[in-house]
Amino acid sequence: MSVRKVNFLLAGVGGQGTILASDVLAAVGLQKGLDVKKSEVHGMAQRGGSVTSHVRWGPKVYSPLIGLGEADVFLCFEKLETLRHVEMLRQGALVLINDYVISPLSVSSGTDQYPDDERIQSLLGSITSNYHWVPGVALAESLGNARANNVVLLGALSHFFPDVETAAWLEAVRERVPSKFVELNERAFLAGRDDMRASGAKPLV
Amino acid sequence: MLRKFLSGNEAVAWGAWESGVRVAAAYPGTPSTEILENLAPMPHVYAEWCPNEKVAMDVAAGAAYAGSRAMAVMKHVGLNVAADSFFYAAMTGMEAGLVIVNADDPFMHSSQNEQDNRRYCKFARVPCLEPTDSQEAYALMPAAFEISERFDTPVMLRLTTRISHSNTLVEVQGTRLPERAETPSYRVDSIKYVMVPGNARRRHPVIEERIAKLSEFAETFPFNQMQIKDRSLGIVANGVAYQYACEVFPEASILKLGMTYPVPAGMLREFASQVRRLIVIEELDPFIEEEIRLLGIPAEGKSIFPICGELDQQIVRESAIRAGLLPESARVPVSRPDKGTLPPRPPILCPGCPHRGVFFVTNKLKLVVNGDIGCYTLAFLPPLNAPHTCGCMGASIGVAHGVAKAGVRERNVAVLGDSTFFHTGMPALLNVAYNKSNVTTLILDNRVTAMTGHQDNPGTGRTLQGQQTTPVEFEPLVRSMGFQRVHTVDSYNLRQVEDALKDCLEANEPAVIIARRECALMPEVRKRWLPLRVDEERCNGCGLCFRVGCPAVVKSDVVDAKSGKPKARIDPLLCTGCEICAQVCARKAILTRAQLGEKEAA
Repeated sequence: MSVRKVNFLLAGVGGQGTILASDVLAAVGLQKGLDVKKSEVHGMAQRGGSVTSHVRWGPKVYSPLIGLGEADVFLCFEKLETLRHVEMLRQGALVLINDYVISPLSVSSGTDQYPDDERIQSLLGSITSNYHWVPGVALAESLGNARANNVVLLGALSHFFPDVETAAWLEAVRERVPSKFVELNERAFLAGRDDMRASGAKPLV
Repeated sequence: MLRKFLSGNEAVAWGAWESGVRVAAAYPGTPSTEILENLAPMPHVYAEWCPNEKVAMDVAAGAAYAGSRAMAVMKHVGLNVAADSFFYAAMTGMEAGLVIVNADDPFMHSSQNEQDNRRYCKFARVPCLEPTDSQEAYALMPAAFEISERFDTPVMLRLTTRISHSNTLVEVQGTRLPERAETPSYRVDSIKYVMVPGNARRRHPVIEERIAKLSEFAETFPFNQMQIKDRSLGIVANGVAYQYACEVFPEASILKLGMTYPVPAGMLREFASQVRRLIVIEELDPFIEEEIRLLGIPAEGKSIFPICGELDQQIVRESAIRAGLLPESARVPVSRPDKGTLPPRPPILCPGCPHRGVFFVTNKLKLVVNGDIGCYTLAFLPPLNAPHTCGCMGASIGVAHGVAKAGVRERNVAVLGDSTFFHTGMPALLNVAYNKSNVTTLILDNRVTAMTGHQDNPGTGRTLQGQQTTPVEFEPLVRSMGFQRVHTVDSYNLRQVEDALKDCLEANEPAVIIARRECALMPEVRKRWLPLRVDEERCNGCGLCFRVGCPAVVKSDVVDAKSGKPKARIDPLLCTGCEICAQVCARKAILTRAQLGEKEAA
């Protein structure tokens, strides 16, 4: 896959910070001089509903949406939401999964079962072997604030784009978080990047 | 020139500001809300939230009558409310530009239907402009004002959810046109502006001539663009569908229509003559397709592409392959592993939502609930399963009145929020008092327009541009409408809600209950959040608390030895401490704020 043309799909639960993450991705693409489009699909989900964001990089981008089978990179902020959107992925897509559960009402009230990790891995495995768990919440919590898990995920993602300088990512993050959380988010980004680097995962390009 | 990465809505606000718009009026509605939110802080602009879209249209028309550029902004169904005003504005024309920014919602991401409002343009003889990205959303605003003034007509800028809520690169000027006049003045022209039959009969031919002139103008309108490439296929496309056409058919000839009503007949004939097969790619109705066919030009559209929902490149590609426009090899492979049934994650009432308890009580009293448009509609999912009807803004009260007048024995109530009450609930409530039905109306007053993201309304005491104003008082308002039985209760207090409802039901007369409690997501309310806790000793797993349907009340891993059922647990990250579940618990096993305080003290 060439870094020139990338379809990023982000999915999570309302309130998890997927929009901030997609804004950062868009800013990094623009900073690289690429054409970028971004679209949010959130329906009525002010809070607690499924949300997705589409970010597309390319020399020239037409549609603001990613079609089925077209996502090159999938950044998933909640485990169950990974499965909800798997048909968006192309074969061999890069998938980063935040190791975090938010129980839907039907699960917490005992009506439905939450899928176990094995099922998630086997379903994903039928599409790509290039998927990675990210301890986003655990790392962010160790830095003092679980909410920074979205930026941990971005840090992990940055490992796969060696041609984008860390400074470019950090600048895009800094511009979008409240000043009192800048330092926390910088550390969250680096923690995510280092964690993925230590896993030995192979960068794209 | 400034290079910005803007959503379609932000781009419209920029374009409007640079065009010198002086007055902008709207009622919030997804996906249009952010337009006025972005315009309101800009200098030299007056922007306001109106009680409804009809008022917004009248305000904008009035400002344009007075010689100031003006705009009214609404979602598609808002134009149904404003239609009467839209039609007279089309008849009268104005003294300065009037643009109606209308956002349709294909796929109904946040709406009750997916009506195609280009129909309104043809209906009222109003030109319709449609951007294909944020750059055009920005650039079409000044174009719309110029057309409006040149042809003395309101102009619709039609957006869709995908245009409104997608960000693309925009080059903006960053400068505002000078004011048209130092001081606006009112030019009296009764023949033009008083639509009595005699005057209206004079105006009708004028607007028919106007639309004929606009058809000629469309031929040279720079946002109608013809690109001739491969002549075997010609595509006419508009809005975001144009982007899908470019992506799926990079080789085809494309005619992009930036003005979809009236269509450029000559350009369409020319385009059709240059290509072998002519198709139209447009979302929702076959509007352009019908216009082309009316010209006697054969065209295919909805026989290939779906009429329902949003398009995307995948839908366009698959449809084209089925129609033989593309080879099978064009298909993008999609992996669809068998996922089984995943637990759904629909939007739900938030933890701490003050609406929740009200529906718990109406369920307990087995009432039929006629609902309305707002967050409370989300209670229709299990376990609350109420309201039982919901059609459009303000419908609840009239429907409940009709049910009562039909002679139904079961009691039914109307439920609507504060902003919806101001929007279109007030005339219906007046009707209940005037025509005396035994309908009880519950106004869920959460002190804000919550569903669209916390906008101010006549009850909040603040305006869109941050001015302090008089907050309306519900009790004197409904009393003066003729209601003698009026209760005000705390939505969090289930006893109060139940007592008030029982009193109204027994009285069998027109009645109003104002159930008041601020939205739990308001910043000042968040400061008071305090998670509750379950006393595991007392909880016996009866499950009553699960019936309030709060995401914060979950099944614990601990099973009650006697009942064999899981006990309740409260998620401290979600709970706000509203205590609705604590009031429902028969064993007093959920510790209240006061009890938690005592424990801390001990």
